Amino acid sequence: MKIRATQAIMECLLEQEVDTVFGYPGGTILNLYDELYNYTDKITHILTAHEQGASHAADGYARSTGKVGVCFATSGPGATNLTTGIATAYMDSSPVVFITCNVSEPLLGKDSFQEVDITGIAMPITKATYLVRDPQTIPDVMRQAFAVAATGRPGPVLIDFLKNVTAPNVEIDYEFVPWTQNRSCDSIQALADSHGLKAPEPDLDDIDTLAAMIAKSERPLLICGGGVVRGRAHKQFRELAEKLDCPVAITVMGGGGFPGGHPLTTGMLGMHGSKASNVACDECDLLFAVGCRFSDRVALDPASFASQAKIVQIDIDRSEIDKNVLTDHHIIGSAKRVLTLLNERVPQYRHPAWKEHILPLRAPSVAEDGDKLTPMQVLETMRRMAPEDAIIATDVGQHQMWSIQHFHFNYPGQLLTSGGFGTMGFGLGAAIGAKMGNPDKVVIHTTGDGCFRMNCHELATVQHYNLPIITVVFNNGTLGMVRQWQNLIYHQRYSQTTLDRGPDFVKLAEAYGLKGFRVTTLAEMEQAFQKALDSGCGCVLDCRLDMDEMVRPMVAGGAHITDFLLN
Amino acid sequence: MKKEFDPEKKLYTLSILVQDIPGVLSQVARLFSRKGYNIESIVSGETDKPGVTRITIVILGDELMVNQIADQCRKLIPVLAVKLLDEGTSIQREFALIKVRAADRNARDEVIQMSNIFRANIIDVSRETLTVAIFGDKDKTSALIGMLEDFGILEIAKTGTLAIERGRSTIYDDNKLKEEYNYGKNVL
Repeated sequence: MKIRATQAIMECLLEQEVDTVFGYPGGTILNLYDELYNYTDKITHILTAHEQGASHAADGYARSTGKVGVCFATSGPGATNLTTGIATAYMDSSPVVFITCNVSEPLLGKDSFQEVDITGIAMPITKATYLVRDPQTIPDVMRQAFAVAATGRPGPVLIDFLKNVTAPNVEIDYEFVPWTQNRSCDSIQALADSHGLKAPEPDLDDIDTLAAMIAKSERPLLICGGGVVRGRAHKQFRELAEKLDCPVAITVMGGGGFPGGHPLTTGMLGMHGSKASNVACDECDLLFAVGCRFSDRVALDPASFASQAKIVQIDIDRSEIDKNVLTDHHIIGSAKRVLTLLNERVPQYRHPAWKEHILPLRAPSVAEDGDKLTPMQVLETMRRMAPEDAIIATDVGQHQMWSIQHFHFNYPGQLLTSGGFGTMGFGLGAAIGAKMGNPDKVVIHTTGDGCFRMNCHELATVQHYNLPIITVVFNNGTLGMVRQWQNLIYHQRYSQTTLDRGPDFVKLAEAYGLKGFRVTTLAEMEQAFQKALDSGCGCVLDCRLDMDEMVRPMVAGGAHITDFLLN
Repeated sequence: MKKEFDPEKKLYTLSILVQDIPGVLSQVARLFSRKGYNIESIVSGETDKPGVTRITIVILGDELMVNQIADQCRKLIPVLAVKLLDEGTSIQREFALIKVRAADRNARDEVIQMSNIFRANIIDVSRETLTVAIFGDKDKTSALIGMLEDFGILEIAKTGTLAIERGRSTIYDDNKLKEEYNYGKNVL
């Protein structure tokens, strides 16, 4: 069947069961948007205020639903505005297909208006990039891009179509192939063939070796990493944890992979890890990490990290093995598959003495009473009043760490946070994506005044699409995390971190047609949060906090994991 | 058991098999520049399989660093295989064209004699110059260049090092490592 090239692009999106895309139009992508006009009943397009917002929204959509996110942008500045979002998705292994259009072939490479080599720019921050010059390759490229983004270790992919490829008079041969049958397509088949056709399976001997290591261990520690979340292996992980009957530390990216309120949970590990997690890491004889890459925020000092332990790493990506921390044993495979096979081979163990030693070190976070509103009071109120399955999207900094420490995440996709790249301004976009993907869930966006100022223009998107997202601003008038470092490490020299400036976030919310609430006491917090939950529209809570509040505990970068700078 | 790596810096040869698609060379090369390492030499050329290119890269570094770059390289979708070759188990050769000043008969005779000793060939001659082609290992080409410097070298064009394993084993051999990498980029 002959159809327009742009029509083929839309049909390929439908093949993948895409019903929501985020984006921003512009000169070179006009043809695509013109075609989108014919598909408004099948594909919902969310027009954001800025391409960066669209990129985070597609990412948040992917993280919260487990599907592939899709984001459109035009050439040049439209494309470069995506790059922060692409890098954010890449660092946290989130599957997003970014589609941009470039100038026409005759103008390519001539520094034409709004021309940029985006496939070159995106190369280090994507799993793959495609520059499409031949319209006939559209179906193959689209199918391959989705397959690459979603399989193996997920990640972003960028497709750049030349404008002439999308011209209205260009027609190509096309047959609709549902994504479940995409594998038979030429390019995917060729790719699979070249990498060995058989679906890889974890090595059973390696799994037996691991089972034997577990049997020998008296003080095991499990680490729940982002791979458990991305691989949706939370059930298998929980079964294993309960069989091992040992402490379980959860990384930032692992939030939601293991129930935060489970009796075996020791909380976060690393720089702002709990005492229980960090001491367990230092004293365990078997450190068993699933889908965790031992980043420098977890393995602060790789040389002394878990020095008494045999380290075992389960990962889907072989290049993560021995990258940051040298390991004693590893198994390559998806967390779900490996843990299923392992659970079949592991009996029930009991480690009462070890648990008795570690678990009491968990300090319950207490929200003290007092006149001044504290971050713990804000979070405690939210936890008490919000539905248990509310999705939390955070920005980056103190409020991020507090949110992750304080909330109990119970399923993958409940916590949306930029753990790897640490992107300020990620949260509101991600919350928009999450709400589009999960219309029945309450979506809360926690942010700081610094982060919020970076992308608060997306409130226009929140208002326009009537998305009842609750933004809670931890407004302490400073870049809190940076100030904390300046306070502890830079002798209170607060260089360029004080944010004594506008806007008034309540008025800002109102200017965007949303509801704004000023919160200075616990009682006001309870009232405002209830109103926000009931309002059915986007709300901004401007919570005034003291600027010298700190994230506790804290271990300095590069220090030994139990050398707490703050308790 | 944890692996141990040799901390001493030396020359390593990476043999990389890639799909011949636009940008693949820069995708591979950027892994070195990302870490601030300079590639000593790089050669790229077609193989016995259509659409498959072999890139040979020589790099000065320590074992851990070189292994890490090899690992990140294996992870790339168009990369089919990466092998770390060493001098003991592989044959390494390079090719050089050297244009030497030889304005009089004596000089010409001497350059020709020198070339013969090294089993190099004279491939071009003019009234003032000779162009010598030499094929061999790195030491041999360097030695000839050293000798010809006395006459005045006008320019040199040189390939990087090409390498292939000794004996039966090839870069196509399947192994567990290869399979493990395919898991991370599988499109099945």
